Amino acid sequence: MNETFEIVDLHARIEEREILRGLNLTIRKGEVHAIMGPNGSGKSTLANAIMGNPKYEVTAGEIRLKGENILNLPTEERARKGLFLAFQYPCEVPGVRTANFLKLACNARAGKELDTMDFYDKLQEKMKVLDIEEKFVRRYLNEGFSGGEKKRNEILQMLMLEPEFAVLDETDSGLDIDALKIVCEGVNKLRGPDIGILIITHYERMLRYITPDYVHILVEGRLVRSGGPELAAHLEQFGYDWITKKQ
Amino acid sequence: MSAPPPTEPFAGRAYKEGFHDDIKTLKSVPKGLSHAVVDYMCDVKGEPNWMREFRHRSLDLFLKQGIPEWVPGLRDEFHYDEFTYYVSPVEKSSRRWEDVPEEIRRTYDKLGIAKEEQKLLGGLGAQIDSEMAYHNIQESLAKKGVIFLSCDDGMKQYPDIFRQHFAKNIPPEDNKFAALNAAFWSGGSFVYIPKGVKCDIPLSVYFRINAEQFGQFERTLIICEDDSFCHYVEGCSAPIYTTNSLHAAVVEIYVKERARCRYTTIQNWSTDVYNLVTKRSMISAKGVMEWVDGNLGSKRTVKYPSCYMIGEGAHGEVLSLASADKGMWQDAGAKLVFLAPNCSGRINSKSISGHGGRSSYRGLVQVARNATGCRAQVNCDALILDPHSRSDTYPTMEINGDLATIEHEATVSNVSDEQLFYLTSRGLKKEDAVSMIVNGFIEPVVKELPMEFAVEINRLIGLQMEGSVG
Ligand SMILES: Nc1ncnc2c1ncn2[C@@H]1O[C@H](COP(=O)(O)OP(=O)(O)OP(=O)(O)O)[C@@H](O)[C@H]1O
Ligand SMILES: [Mg+2]
Repeated sequence: MNETFEIVDLHARIEEREILRGLNLTIRKGEVHAIMGPNGSGKSTLANAIMGNPKYEVTAGEIRLKGENILNLPTEERARKGLFLAFQYPCEVPGVRTANFLKLACNARAGKELDTMDFYDKLQEKMKVLDIEEKFVRRYLNEGFSGGEKKRNEILQMLMLEPEFAVLDETDSGLDIDALKIVCEGVNKLRGPDIGILIITHYERMLRYITPDYVHILVEGRLVRSGGPELAAHLEQFGYDWITKKQ
Repeated sequence: MSAPPPTEPFAGRAYKEGFHDDIKTLKSVPKGLSHAVVDYMCDVKGEPNWMREFRHRSLDLFLKQGIPEWVPGLRDEFHYDEFTYYVSPVEKSSRRWEDVPEEIRRTYDKLGIAKEEQKLLGGLGAQIDSEMAYHNIQESLAKKGVIFLSCDDGMKQYPDIFRQHFAKNIPPEDNKFAALNAAFWSGGSFVYIPKGVKCDIPLSVYFRINAEQFGQFERTLIICEDDSFCHYVEGCSAPIYTTNSLHAAVVEIYVKERARCRYTTIQNWSTDVYNLVTKRSMISAKGVMEWVDGNLGSKRTVKYPSCYMIGEGAHGEVLSLASADKGMWQDAGAKLVFLAPNCSGRINSKSISGHGGRSSYRGLVQVARNATGCRAQVNCDALILDPHSRSDTYPTMEINGDLATIEHEATVSNVSDEQLFYLTSRGLKKEDAVSMIVNGFIEPVVKELPMEFAVEINRLIGLQMEGSVG
């Protein structure tokens, strides 16, 4: 079976402005990739295009999940097939309890009504992994959450939904040092042969906890350089100037 | 001002109560309103002379009064002559379901009303068109002196209590629709809770319109003596015809010292019904009144449950929930009138407009000069589901008393694209995401309701949201 997630010559725009201009990337299950790039280079655009945000228009190229082009599928179908996006800015949904939302999301992912006890057992377990306290999931979804709590909630959702391919858009921003460590350990628990992960970040520190197999650099809508973890360290030291000059 | 016409055909809500049954009419009058209709009603009901005079006087008042300027879009829409003002399919109100005519029982079976009685209720009334077909109270409550009768029977069996309170709170002079009700009132409930008696299971009444082009004018009178408690719940529905019907009720409540009354409405009329209702409570010292007003149906609703705080330390509260779907205009809200010192009041209103529906919040907070140290809190939030729908807010404040603290907060929100994307990115279908956002929006009000009403309100709103796309 084709256990890959492929992005082929992807062009995407928002409000008539072309942001992604021919992006190619293949992620196999078991791999962790990282994308780094300056502000505005198109990282979140890539994440949104992958998940099918209707605001972003894909003008050319393909996104293939295990060989199937998913560009015509609505967002919820992509999620049900095992795609996941941890949002850079998770939004608030007042009045909806986090646990209730998670239950419906897990049912949708499983394609059936899950046993309530099993669900709560699993939720307890994952909350322990992320050092989340009991009352957290009784609160309304992201409403009044601190920046760090929102990010932790994204990873909780990822652990509950067990995606096949996950994109983490700047999950590290907003997390304090201890929280970053806990969240990364959580991601590492999920890491393995059944999942491919794409980490979008500005800083090497997250990659110190989750060592990527590949690091890519995104500039102006294209991946301009790829390498191993050493590329991230190099970037940290020399900044993007080094890349853009060298081009 | 009128609502912008929807530019897309909408499916509208799934309304399972929209059926009508063939029920034999025993008594009725020709279409239109007249003094002759009043006389006919007084004759068949066998009413005392003072009531006959009261009805005639009320009809004169009705004919003299205009519709207030601000009442939305009613002036040209219907003609009073298109309705029938009295239709009765029953001889009398029965205390046993077996004695209710079979076809009426069948209607009520379909509505699932009778089934709830044993489980949840301290008493149940079932009105069809102009009359109560059934009205009964549990033995244990009757023994404590609780009176729960149709309003007509209340007048006959307890003439003194009745006359002391009837139309004292809402006189026919109050407004045109109150005058209309006063002239043609029929059915509704008479509730009397004696001193210190806590009636802790709800008393419930269901109003069904079955006749076409009909006017229903029930009248409810609730008296909670000192230190008593009661919870009264009303529901309603009507068939879907191609013509209009009219429902103009009057509800008068007296909450005496330290008593507490909760009045819950789940208004689920078909979109044929003009629902023009006056509801008011007088709250004595340290008494507590809570209106829970759920408006989920009707073509037009014009209704602002009111709390008149007449004794020191009284508390009045209105939780208002309106959902305006295709073809509906909910003009709902509340009034808090402070007439004594150190009272408090709260209005919490949530409205949803979808499929081209329109909702308005209309509220009044009034503090009299001598009503010092009062506190009022008003929250009104509107959620608009699509660009075809509309929401407006008309708050009025008249503050004369000193030391008042008044808080007012109003928000209008849409179902945002960000929220929809976020929820669908977790595998939820778009419709489910919308209904999750809607349920989340009303949650702060719904969580204050007893479980069974919360479930019913969520179900009805869920039906309206079906097929809606944000
Ligand atoms: N809703 C929008 N409307 C208009 N322009 C947008 C919108 N969203 C993004 N853009 C523009 O698209 C470009 C790429 O944005 P994107 O969010 O993908 O950048 P990014 O690489 O994720 O940046 P950051 O590191 O700041 O998160 C930016 O120039 C941004 O201003
Ligand atoms: Mg970004």
